[in-house]
Amino acid sequence: MVIIRYRNIFFAVTGAIIIASLISLFVFGLHFGTDFKGGTLVQFSYNSGRPDSVKLGGSLKVAGFEGFSLREAGEAGYILRAGNMTEAQRAALSGVLSGKGEHPVTINQLTEVGPTIGKELRNKALIALVLVLLCILLFIAFAFRKVSQPVSSWIYGLIALMALLHDVVVPMGFFAFLGYFTGAQVDTLFVTAVLTILGFSVHDTIVVFDRVRENLRINQERNRKEDFAETAGRSLGQTFVRSVNTSLTVVFTLLVLYFVGPASTRDFSLTLLVGIIAGTYSSIFLATPLLVAVERWRRGK
Amino acid sequence: MLQKRLIALVILLIGTGIGWFVYSAQVNATRPFKLGLDLSGGTQLVYRADLSAITGSDVADSMASLRDTIERRVNLFGVSEPIVQTQRGGTLAGKTEERLIVELPGVTDTQKAIELIGQTPVLEFRMLKGDVPPADFSTSTVDELFEAAAITGKDLKSAQLQFNQGVGGVPNEPVVVLTFNSEGKKIFADLTKENVGRFFGMFLDGVPISVPVIREAIPDGTAVISGNFTPGEAKELARNLNFGALPVPIELISTQTVSATLGDEAVRDGIMAGLWGVIAVVLFMILWYRLPGLLAAIALLVYIVAVLALFQLIPVTLTAAGIAAFILSIGMAVDANILIFERTKEELRAGKPSDEAIHEGFSRAWPSIRDSNISSMITAVILFWFGTSLIKGFALVFGLGVLVSMLTAISVSRTFLVALGIEAKTGITRFLFGSGIKV
Repeated sequence: MVIIRYRNIFFAVTGAIIIASLISLFVFGLHFGTDFKGGTLVQFSYNSGRPDSVKLGGSLKVAGFEGFSLREAGEAGYILRAGNMTEAQRAALSGVLSGKGEHPVTINQLTEVGPTIGKELRNKALIALVLVLLCILLFIAFAFRKVSQPVSSWIYGLIALMALLHDVVVPMGFFAFLGYFTGAQVDTLFVTAVLTILGFSVHDTIVVFDRVRENLRINQERNRKEDFAETAGRSLGQTFVRSVNTSLTVVFTLLVLYFVGPASTRDFSLTLLVGIIAGTYSSIFLATPLLVAVERWRRGK
Repeated sequence: MLQKRLIALVILLIGTGIGWFVYSAQVNATRPFKLGLDLSGGTQLVYRADLSAITGSDVADSMASLRDTIERRVNLFGVSEPIVQTQRGGTLAGKTEERLIVELPGVTDTQKAIELIGQTPVLEFRMLKGDVPPADFSTSTVDELFEAAAITGKDLKSAQLQFNQGVGGVPNEPVVVLTFNSEGKKIFADLTKENVGRFFGMFLDGVPISVPVIREAIPDGTAVISGNFTPGEAKELARNLNFGALPVPIELISTQTVSATLGDEAVRDGIMAGLWGVIAVVLFMILWYRLPGLLAAIALLVYIVAVLALFQLIPVTLTAAGIAAFILSIGMAVDANILIFERTKEELRAGKPSDEAIHEGFSRAWPSIRDSNISSMITAVILFWFGTSLIKGFALVFGLGVLVSMLTAISVSRTFLVALGIEAKTGITRFLFGSGIKV
């Protein structure tokens, strides 16, 4: 099996991807959006060309808006992010954006989140993340509860967990990168995407590992001597097509969702896309080769 | 074999029937899909109720009264199908917060909606100008019919539901007892003395809630309203009077407005994405898995109509995130089929006859299918709990999708595969059962 034989190359590739993701995470950082931070998000467009952003920013300042950001969106619109509005600011908003009727404006979306709701959501998101991780940990422990030779079952679980970590770090790093260039912010949909990736990806790894153990058992029953690397490689080959194909159909639908689907779920589908691909990659190119490496290392001791 | 084929035919017919049901329910608008505000356009306002002045047992009552009051206001505004509901939110450590969620489909002027709802309920008392109450109190004639009374809602201390025993030969008649405060007692005594026989109107936000007649002078500040109340009506009146007089202050904590055009766009894009998603998956399945792939594609269509019917029946409020979940689930729905077909192929390669290979394929792939669905369900359930309405929409659709697809992918495609009863021995059938780019 090529992947097992050249596993060191794939380890290097995986390492590079993870380091790149981590660098992206630390350099660009993840920025909480209105959902989590509280504040105001306004998406608006102009029917006859948008006014200059400097000018618009000036009139927003006059109206008492502070620390806001204005980003171009679409052909003739902007996205405005600001703190919580006062009643007077809210009342004045459409007048300010239209330059007192000079540029007819359509407010497509207006979201205001109070600081307490933001905090509550942040807590809930954190709890959800911890809960999903915990449940999946239990799930892995359950899936690998039977002891097997020559690698003990907790190592399978540990490696599955490492693969899972990879599957989350990569889309997060990607999202930080995306945020730097398009202004995408961490919202509830992003958290949803990460949790969905966790649920989807863990299983791919488990399937390959299950097959490894099934083949080990068959070898034992038939008294067949086979190198562990050989068995692992054979198992990987048997599950390779199904791993790729199950992800492929999901990738197809996500690609369609990204290119054709609603604008509000575009970042979401992109995050999922990266996560699902990372998940499939890790179950094939990281998990099983790692298993072989660990087995070699333990035997060498 | 005949039986198997009959079942396959029945599944096809039921699938088509459900498809027709979904289509006609949508077109004739008998049971159309329920769209969330981000798809239909509209405004959602979330308020926090300040219940610091209200003790434990009255919380539920005052929230119900608040909801009724706001609902009445919203209805005055002429919004079609508004939703006003209370919700208990909270951060952590048992600190809860009573909230009121107002959804106004079609209203895109946030400011106007806030102004309408933002006021606290006002209880007013007015005297009827004439002696005969009209049959119908429509709000447009209130100002013509009534004049201001000397007493105001602030003077009312409390209203209580009681049962008046034996008065007028009617036992156990429910009545509402009003108690005025010390200042109100004096005003009310004067008012009743001067106006015996006249009608006394009580208004909540300008809408009459009760117009009793003053029978006699009431010097002690305790008035009894009796009439043809059912206990429920009397209770509601007492509640309205109480919380109209003691309004619950509300504070706006979040708003969300989506324009109808943006919503329409999202719906259109969502439908397009759904169509292309199905086409992509179906093409892939047929090109790669050939005959079994075609059957999986049919099972996928059965899955789609079944889930759409569930959306209409439950009904599930669809949001953009929900549509994304549905499209995602289309890609995941065939996963079970892929697992089964890959396993079947292995069994065929090992030299087993087709029917046995199919059987083995299904039974050996099952643990794997079960596990993958469990891990997805874990996520769906936790997401549903985590949920803001946006995420709940995603989680519900995702969870439903996982469950239904497990059923259709396994049972429907298996029935079809067995019903065909093709033995993969000769060239053409070998090809049909083959997969990938090899012949």
